Formats: sequence, structure tokens, C-alpha cells
Amino acid sequence: MTTDVRLRPRPTTHVETPGRSRHRKGLRSLFSQALLTLVLLFFLTPFIWALLTALKPADEVFTTPPKPVGSRIVWSNFADAWNYLPFGRFMVNGLIVSVGGTLVVLVSSTFAAYAFARLSFRGRDRIFLVYLSTLMIPQEVLVVPMFILMQQLGWVNSYSALILPWAFTAFGTFLLRQFFFSVPRELEEAAMVDGAGRLRVLLQIIVPIAKPALAVLAVFTFIAYWNSFLWPLIIVNTSNMATVPLGLDMFRGQQGSQWHLMMAASMISMLPSVVILLLLQRYLVRGIALTGMGGR
Amino acid sequence: MAISMPGAAGAGTAEARAIPRGRSGGHQARAASGFLALSMAGFLAFTILPIIGSLVMAFFDWPVFGDRTFTGFANFRTLFTTDPVFRRVLGNTVLFVVLYLPLNIVVSMALALWISPRIRGRGAYRVLFFLPAVTPMVANAIVWQLMLAPRGVIDSLWQSVTGSSAPNFLGSTAWAMPCVVIMSIWQGFGYNMLVFSAALDAVPTSLVEAAMLDGAGPIRRYFSVVLPLLSPAVVFAVTMTLITSFQVFIQPYILTGGGPGVSTETLVLYLYRTGFEQFKMGEAAAIAWVLFGIIIFVTAVQFLVQKRWVHYDD
Repeated sequence: MTTDVRLRPRPTTHVETPGRSRHRKGLRSLFSQALLTLVLLFFLTPFIWALLTALKPADEVFTTPPKPVGSRIVWSNFADAWNYLPFGRFMVNGLIVSVGGTLVVLVSSTFAAYAFARLSFRGRDRIFLVYLSTLMIPQEVLVVPMFILMQQLGWVNSYSALILPWAFTAFGTFLLRQFFFSVPRELEEAAMVDGAGRLRVLLQIIVPIAKPALAVLAVFTFIAYWNSFLWPLIIVNTSNMATVPLGLDMFRGQQGSQWHLMMAASMISMLPSVVILLLLQRYLVRGIALTGMGGR
Repeated sequence: MAISMPGAAGAGTAEARAIPRGRSGGHQARAASGFLALSMAGFLAFTILPIIGSLVMAFFDWPVFGDRTFTGFANFRTLFTTDPVFRRVLGNTVLFVVLYLPLNIVVSMALALWISPRIRGRGAYRVLFFLPAVTPMVANAIVWQLMLAPRGVIDSLWQSVTGSSAPNFLGSTAWAMPCVVIMSIWQGFGYNMLVFSAALDAVPTSLVEAAMLDGAGPIRRYFSVVLPLLSPAVVFAVTMTLITSFQVFIQPYILTGGGPGVSTETLVLYLYRTGFEQFKMGEAAAIAWVLFGIIIFVTAVQFLVQKRWVHYDD
């Protein structure tokens, strides 16, 4: 709708602005940027303080007035937290669950989304509507019966219970189906004329084109699994099966006073999320702009 | 969530109808059943079955071990009449939402506007303000717990300035809920900021410039030109934020444990305690359906508001 508007020569705003005012404008935006940076630093204080605390000796966590840095920098806090908690074990569990969950979500929603987007079969639109309508149901409605179901299956305290119950929600199917509609049908038709089956078309033509959408889904899913807390809290009952957030909470309950180790552990737990955010920010930001959600 | 950004949903329906039927119909149906098998099996087992299960359980007295008995609406009746805590929990949750929602929208909108194209390195600012939204909420909350604790950094700063100790933020009925709200905003506004940023970037500059040439000041330009164009994004963000804020759980669980007393006990926290600490699964399922009812109601209201007030340009 904006194309014709944009084609008109744009009225340049600075046309009647004399040089001095433009100079003032530059100063103002410099000031604005400086102020924004201050706000950002203030905003990041909790992270900075957590990191500083993680590097303090145990008995210097609480001081008045607060000291940013203790009498010495104790890097070994990180190693201590890692070994003491079995935090290494929590990280491994978290990775198994998050990577496993992400893979299941990617595979199952890719196939389902392709069927909904491209194949015609009876009841397709009605089935998709059922999928869609479950998007609104909060996880809390499902956890109570899910716990009973896990008991029946004998899955309590297992990786299956941590991964599978949340790997088939409609979000991934919905997101990918939307994307598949934008893939030109001619590409597939050409391949099918050449004798390729549906499966080959999907894997060799559609999936490579859909990489950005798959990346968005993967990032969302990984982070959701990694940060998930309510379900692990319900379904895990030994520390050797705990994921990272649950492990942090267990540790908090047992060793609540070891704040320097708690902070070191918290910092470590944030690392995967931070790395993913920095590496894949393009996908994440685009995905949120597109869907407005993901992990929330 | 079934609500999606305008333009994202429904884009496919017209095209979906254009699928050629006939000749290859049976073949496609066979292919489809193969492609759908995994997803459908999981969807039936882990979504449809629990939904039905949850609905059934809400009408039973259902202990984890022992006999379950059908009790009709007794769980709901108990919650709303004899349960001494539930109505306070409902009130706390509504209070949280009422404080959290407007602050979240204002903060995220302000920052989305501030991180304008004139700011250099705006991608970096966006990512950094979004950071707490992706780090584990449990870890975030633990960090805040340390900062807000007695003798924590805020208290000790307070002491060195005023000479007396600060209020016990997380242990006082007056401060606990505001702290939970502030921590939650810090944690979560990044989502809406990104949604608003994207919507702002889509506002045609020519419209804003035209208003500028007509002599409209920045505030007038924002409220008369930009905001109406942003209204779909705003309604969307408000709805998503409403839905998720009714589900608040981790922040009070870690920061206050629902206390002091029950002053920060929220719906989901209470659901967890009822189901998995007191093992009253039927009552927990009933609480879940109350929550779902609220969400349905909020979404319906959003739908009506959107229909009447939102400006779409197509």
C-alpha cells in the first residue's frame, strides 16, 4: 500500500533547516544516545552485580557499603559451583532435553506443516483448526493430567517425560505452515515432473528454502526447553535428572547461604541462552517481530 | 497462541483452497497420513488427551494415590466459597496483572521509540535490552533475590546513604508484590519492545514527514499518526502480555515463595501447591480451568476491541 507513496520524490525534511539547527540536532541525538547507554547499563546492573558477586570470596558477599570487587578475585567459585552442585550434570541434562526436544519439534512440525500446506486430504482444514485452537491453552491446564499420564507410562523422572509432552504443540506446525505457503509451488512441480517423490521434494527443496523459519523455530524451542521450570519441578524427583533451572532451585533450597556459588551457577546457566542470542539474534528478533512470541 | 500478528495468520487460507484436487487426491491422502503420523500421534497423546483428562479431573476428587470420586462442581464450589486462600490468590494475580501490564507496555513502547533509527548500533541495544527475556527466569530471579535481600546491595546502599536499614523488600506485605512486578518487567518487556520496534520500522516515513511539514510536533505526530498505525501491534502485545501475566509463576516462587503470608501467591503457584504439594489433583485441574476461563475471556475482549478500534490498512 505504500509503494505509490514512496515512489513520489520524498520531501527532504532538512530543506529549510539551516546548518546550525542541524548541528544542534546532531548534539541532541548524541545526548540521547549517551543517556540510552546509561539506562542500558543501569538495566544490566543485576547481571553485572551477579558476575561481581560470583567472583568474591564467600565472606565478602554482604558488605556495607557495597563493594563491587572483593579483596581478591576468586575464579575458582565457578569451578566450585560446577562440581559442588553437580552442576555439570544439570548442564548435560539440560542439553540433552533441549537439543532432543528441539529435534523432535523440528522433525514433527516440518512434516505436519508440509501436509497442511501442500497436500489435499479430507478434513485437512478442520484438523488444522483443532491444532490452531489448542495454541491458546496454557501449559498449566495440561500439567496435572500430564503428570498422571507420565505415571501411567512409567516415565516419571525420565528424559522422555522432560522432552516428549511439549514436543508436539501446534506452534511449530503453525509457524512452518505459514512459511511453506510462501515457497513458490513451481519449484516443487518441476522436481515432481522430474520424478521426485513428495518426501524428496520436502527434504531437498522445501527444507533448504525454509532454513530461516526452521532457525526461528529451533531458537525458540531450545530456549523454551532450557528455561522451562514448572514441568521439571513436577516430574523430576532426583537431582541427577534435574535440568539447569531446577538444579538452581534445588541448590537454593539446600545451600541458600552460598550466594557466591549461586551467582556463579546462575551465570553459567545463562551462558547457552546468551550465546544463542548473540549468534542467532537475527532469527530471534525476526521471529519475534513476525510472531510476537516464542518462549514467553 | 492462536492470536498472531495481523498479516501472519490467514495469509495461507486463500492459497490452501487453490490446491488441485482429483487425479492425485488418493495419493496425496496417503502421503499426508505418513507426513502427519508423528505429529498427530504426539498431538493426540500429549495435547488432546490431557485436555480431556484435565476437564474430567476438574469434576473429581482425585488424590495422587487412592480412590477418586466424582464430585460434580464441588472443586469449583470449594475454590470460590470455602477455600480461604483462593480468592486472595485470584486477587493477587489480578493485582499483578493490573500493575504489570501498563508498565510493561509503557516501558517497551518508550524504549522502542528511543532506539530510533537515529541511534547508532540500535541492533545491539535491542539485543541487550532483550537479554533477560532469554536467560533462565529462575537464574534471573535468584539474582534479584540476592540484590533485594536484607544486607543485599540495595539495602547496604540504602544504609550507607540514610544510616538506617531499608525495608525488607521481599519480606514485607507492602513491598513484596511491587518487587515481583518490577523484576517481571525487567525480565519480560523485551518481547513487546521488539514487537513495537518492528511495527515502528514499518511506519512509512513519508506519513510522518508529511505531518511534520504540516507543523505537527513530535507528541502530536506520535499520537495522531504513529500510534494509530501501531494499534494492531499494541492490541496484540496487550493480549499476549495479559495472557502470559495471568500465568505468572517463577517470579513469586523464587523471590517470595508466595509470601509473606499469601500476599504474592498467584494462581499458578497455588495450582502447583494444590496439585503437587497437597496432591489434590482434581482441585488443581479446577484451578487450571479457572485460569483458562480468564484467558478465554481476555482473548474474547481483545477480539472485540480489535474489531472496533484497531486500524488496519488493508
